[in-house]
Amino acid sequence: MTRRTLIVNVLCAAALLVLLGAAVAAWKLDLGRAGLAVGLAIAAAKAVLIGAVFMELRTSRPLTTVFALAGLFWLAIMMTLTLADFLTR
Amino acid sequence: MDQVISHQFVSAEQQKETTRLGMWTFLASEVLFFGALFTGYTVYRIEFHDGFAEASGHLYRWIGIGNTAVLLVSSLTMALAVHAAVAGRRSLTAGLLGMTALLGAVFLAVKGVEYRLDYHDAIVPVLRFDAAKFEHPGQAAMHLVFYFIMTGLHAVHLLAAVAVAGVCAVRTGAGSLGLGEGTRLEALGLYWHFVDVVWVFLLPLLYFIK
Repeated sequence: MTRRTLIVNVLCAAALLVLLGAAVAAWKLDLGRAGLAVGLAIAAAKAVLIGAVFMELRTSRPLTTVFALAGLFWLAIMMTLTLADFLTR
Repeated sequence: MDQVISHQFVSAEQQKETTRLGMWTFLASEVLFFGALFTGYTVYRIEFHDGFAEASGHLYRWIGIGNTAVLLVSSLTMALAVHAAVAGRRSLTAGLLGMTALLGAVFLAVKGVEYRLDYHDAIVPVLRFDAAKFEHPGQAAMHLVFYFIMTGLHAVHLLAAVAVAGVCAVRTGAGSLGLGEGTRLEALGLYWHFVDVVWVFLLPLLYFIK
């Protein structure tokens, strides 16, 4: 494990904890309806960091990222079609 | 490097690449597994927003936040364990894997305490639920059903990960697990980080509703 690898991973963890703090701060600020969007945006940012650094997508072949996004793509299909039904009733 | 290359692979590199893509395919199926629950949750949250907000208010937010921090740090130790394995550093790998398993176990223990508190507070649908606590008891119960099932399913996944990480920690330390290219541990790592990502989304959705 190189020094650089160690630093990158530790910095990633630090960033994740900062984002967790941001989520708590956003909660305390009471943003009303926007609170959900902010909370999900922070969660998405954490997921991207975890995926890119810890799950090594950053240093993997692009095909691996395609596989990773495929799951989310199918989830998007499921949520879109389900909500298209329920929200238009 | 004492890596065993299974006979169907021509090289360690091919084995590693295949394991990586195969694991991501499995994770995609897991995304849909949890995704179905997230989808159902979304539908009901839109319809029962007030009851959901009420129920969310009864959850132990700081336990949720603390547990999130525990899991995030465990992902760090897991990622470092994989890098340590690739570097061939056996005892460091074992130590980091042990730390990862321990942090996961801490999460599960705290979750158990939280469930016990929830039970004591009578917010467990069917088992012990005090409808008088809520303005919209039916709606609140729906949120809590999703809360217990989603966090429960997550806990089952984490338990499996902790068990495997623990066994790997012991075997790595004892020298009976070949470190090789770190392929096997990378697969465990991907699973561990996935469990972490699921929780990262569960936290704001379940605990932080206004």
